[in-house]
Amino acid sequence: MAYLMIFITAIFVNNIILSQFLGICPFLGVSKKISTAIGMGIAVMFVMTLATTVTFLIYYTFLQPYNLKFMTTVTFILVIASLVQMVEIIIKKSSPALYQSLGIFLPLITTNCAVLGIAILTIQKNYTLLAGICYTLASAMGFTLAIVIFAGIRERLDRTEIPESLKGTPIVLITAALLSMAFMGFAGISY
Amino acid sequence: MNKTSLDNLTRGIFRENPILVMLLGMCPTLGVTTSATNGLGMGLATMFVLMLSNMAISSIKKVIPDIIRIPSFIVIIASFVTILEMVMQAYLPVLYSALGIYIPLIVVNCIILGRAEAFASKNTIFQSLLDAIGMGIGFTFALTILGSVREILGNGSIFGFSFMGEVANPILLFIMPPGAFLALASIIIVVNKLRGAK
Repeated sequence: MAYLMIFITAIFVNNIILSQFLGICPFLGVSKKISTAIGMGIAVMFVMTLATTVTFLIYYTFLQPYNLKFMTTVTFILVIASLVQMVEIIIKKSSPALYQSLGIFLPLITTNCAVLGIAILTIQKNYTLLAGICYTLASAMGFTLAIVIFAGIRERLDRTEIPESLKGTPIVLITAALLSMAFMGFAGISY
Repeated sequence: MNKTSLDNLTRGIFRENPILVMLLGMCPTLGVTTSATNGLGMGLATMFVLMLSNMAISSIKKVIPDIIRIPSFIVIIASFVTILEMVMQAYLPVLYSALGIYIPLIVVNCIILGRAEAFASKNTIFQSLLDAIGMGIGFTFALTILGSVREILGNGSIFGFSFMGEVANPILLFIMPPGAFLALASIIIVVNKLRGAK
């Protein structure tokens, strides 16, 4: 039950993009087409779960016992950067087809603040490993959900008349505001 | 001061403002600007890291092999962010807890890595410092404006001083997440208008 609550809260109530503002850059940048949005979502889900698992283990086996907590930021970003690089190399060698579809998103993910953010939040919230993975997976699913819905709206927007002064960034931000308002409707079901 | 130096200093403030024009570093921009104080604090914190990292990277640019330059930049930036975290925790605990997760996330702020890659790794220490000050002021300026707009509309106060009293209810939406998007959208519309008019 506790895991289910973590899941629902992270996907809908505290949606990583629309209420915590992590990962806004890919949200605004890679959301012009539904197909790319899905690709980005899957890549983020994969990398984020892997990254949190690894950083969690490093934090509790090295940083905490040896009193090196102040090194958290430096360690985590290095681990995430090298992990992304490694995943890229492995996918390239083992499955060129997957690399074709996900490869272009991987370098972008290193500087995606959602990955580092969730890794740090998992530690701050004092989750166990299982709850942490559950939280990360749910956050990543929330990311995918938001970015895919948003890409759908933007595909429609392309074919509509937009007032001159709203063209470009403003209309995108206003759409995001409306989507964020819609997600606020879930606020009642937090635990 | 000669023309290039002046240009490097002023470029980031309005013409190439990192937030309002180039749309970099969106996460802290939208996440922390629930009040003018938070916006100003976040802006200054980022400027601090940007100045130090730009100077450090520019001074060791010849030593860093090209192939590992991005990881090296990230390590340098992360070290300065760690120093900032410790300083803020010790001297500004209130602001530190208000900004929360966004302080360590300065590491992945695209502005800092972007300036390291595009400017500091190619220019002298002094020019890189000027660039960092300009970009930092532009970032702080945009964050403070956004924070002020949201605080005035959403809370009826500015920098913590309430001025509305009992007269009217503030529009609570503006300090909630959707308000961040709406306020930034309105500011960008105004900025685009001003830029187009010139």
